[in-house]
Amino acid sequence: MTPIRIEGLTKVFHVGLGWPRRVVTVLDHLDLEVHQGEIFGFLGPNGAGKTTTIKLLLGLLMPTAGQAWLLDQEIGDVASKRQIGFLPESPYFYEYLTGEEFLTFYGQLFGLNGTGLARTVDRLLDMVRMDEARRLPLRKFSKGMLQRIGLAQALINDPQVVILDEPMSGLDPIGRREVRDLILRLKDQGKTIFFSTHILPDVEMICDRVAILVKGKLRAVGAIHDLVGASAVTSVEAVVEGLSDVAVLEATGLGGAVIQRGAQAMVTLPDERAVPALLALLVRQGGRLVSLTPHKRSLEDLFVTEVGRT
Amino acid sequence: MTRILVIARNTFRETLRDRILYNLLFFGLLMIGSAILLGSLTIGEQARLIKDIGLAGINIFGVLIAIFVGIGLVSKEIERRTIYSILAKPIHRAEFLLGRYLGLAATLAVNSVVMAAGFCLTLVVGQVELDLSLLSAVGLIVVELLVITAMAVLCSTFTTPMLSATFTLSLYVIGHLTDDLRTLGAKLQHGPTTWLLDGLYYTLPNLDYFNVKAQVAHGIAIESSYLWSAWAYGTAYCAVLLLLACVIFQQREFR
Repeated sequence: MTPIRIEGLTKVFHVGLGWPRRVVTVLDHLDLEVHQGEIFGFLGPNGAGKTTTIKLLLGLLMPTAGQAWLLDQEIGDVASKRQIGFLPESPYFYEYLTGEEFLTFYGQLFGLNGTGLARTVDRLLDMVRMDEARRLPLRKFSKGMLQRIGLAQALINDPQVVILDEPMSGLDPIGRREVRDLILRLKDQGKTIFFSTHILPDVEMICDRVAILVKGKLRAVGAIHDLVGASAVTSVEAVVEGLSDVAVLEATGLGGAVIQRGAQAMVTLPDERAVPALLALLVRQGGRLVSLTPHKRSLEDLFVTEVGRT
Repeated sequence: MTRILVIARNTFRETLRDRILYNLLFFGLLMIGSAILLGSLTIGEQARLIKDIGLAGINIFGVLIAIFVGIGLVSKEIERRTIYSILAKPIHRAEFLLGRYLGLAATLAVNSVVMAAGFCLTLVVGQVELDLSLLSAVGLIVVELLVITAMAVLCSTFTTPMLSATFTLSLYVIGHLTDDLRTLGAKLQHGPTTWLLDGLYYTLPNLDYFNVKAQVAHGIAIESSYLWSAWAYGTAYCAVLLLLACVIFQQREFR
C-alpha cells in the first residue's frame, strides 16, 4: 500500500469581491508519492501551498483538479482517514475539555471505548509527558503543551500514516527536540510520517526524503543526499598563520578569497583540488595550518536556490 | 450513529460549561419567579398573569439560548479552527452537524425542564392550580426552540456568528408574523405580490403555530390533534432545515 499518492493535484481559489474575481492558483499540478515507513519532509516558504496540500488530503478543501490517495483509498472517502493521524498547524482544540477528556473524545470518534480506550489515553499522555496535566483544561495549556497533546490526539487511533502540519513551529529548542525524537520513534514503529515545515535543520536531521514546494509548484523531490549532492564539496575554508604578506598574496592566486585577521588568514578555496597547493605553500613559506573545513551544499542552500528561482 | 452521539455528548458538555447558559437560565428563573410579585399587583387575574409570565419566561430565555448558543455551533468551530482536527477523523460532515444539533437540543430540553420546574414551583407558591395543558404549552415551546436551533445551525453553516445571529433573529420575528403576510396578500389582491406573500407564508416557519400560551393562560383546552400536527410540522421543518444545512456544509471549504 502506498501511504500517500498525489497526481496532478491542483487548487485554485477565487478571491476578492470584484467581478471577475481574482484567480489564485495555490497548488499547481502536484505529483508526489510518499513511501511506506519513511519520514517525508514537505518544505516550502510561507504561502507555498503546504497546508493547502494537507487540507486537500484530509478533505477540508476540495481539489480543483487532480487526484490523491491515502493508503490507496481516494481522498474524500471518509474511510480513507481511518488509518491517518493528523496534527493541524497551531492546533486549536476544545479548550473546555481536560487533557484526558480531549483524548477520550477523539478516541471515541474512531469507535474506541471502554478500558481499551482508557489504556490508550494513559499510554499517550505518558508518551507526550502530559500525565500530570490530564485533569487540566486545555485553556490553561501552554503552546508547547498544546502541541504535545495535539500529537497525542494524532496517534489515538494508532495510525499507519501520520500527517503533521508545522509540528515544530513556535516550540522552544527542547520542545523541537522532543517532537523530533517522537517522530523518529514513530518511524521505528513502522509508521509513515509526512510533515510540513520550514525549519530546515530538523528536516536534515530526521527526514529520509523531502519535497520542496514553491508557489504551489513542486521544485525538487528526493533523498536529501541526492538533492544536495552526497560528496560535492562546494568550498574549503582554511585558517592559516605565520604567512608573510607575499605568501598571502600567493595564496590569493589559488583561486579563492583571503581575509587577514591579525596573524591569521582565512583562505577560502573553490574546491578540494586546491588544498595540496595551499599545503605546499605553507611548507615552503614556513606557515602553519590552524584548521581546514570542507563545506558541502546544505539543504538550506538548495532551499534558498529553489525559492529564489521564481 | 455512534459518532453522532459522541459529537452530541461533547456538544452537551460544551454548552453545560458555557457561562452564558447559566446567566440566561438565572434570568429566566428570575422572570418566572417575579410572576408572583407581579400577579399580586392585579385583582382577580393573578393566576393568568403567573401563567402568562412563566410561559413567556421559558419561551424568551429558551429562544435566547437557542440563538446565541446555536449560531456558534458550527461557525465558531470554523472560526476557532477546532473543526480541522475533527473533520480529519473518519466522520461525515452531516454526522458532525447532526451531532452538534442534537447536543444543543439536549441542552435546550434540560434547560426547559429546569425552567418548567421553576414555573411549577412558582404556581405552587402562588397557589395556582397545576394543569396538564401547561405542560402542552411547554412542549410546544420546546418544539419551537428546536426549529429555531435548526435555523441557527443552517445560518451558521454559511456565514459568520454575527450574521447568523441577525438572520436567525430576523427569521424568528418573521416566523411570528407569517399569518399577517398571508392576510396582507389576500387584502392586496395584486397577482405577483399576493403570490410572493403566499410563497413566503408557506416557506417561512410559522412559529405562531407553536404558541398556545394565551389559550393555556386563559384555561382553554388544547386539542390533542392540534398538538400532534404542531409536533409533526415542527419535526418536518427541522428535518428540511437540517437537510439544507448538511447540503451547504458538505460543499463548505475550510481555508
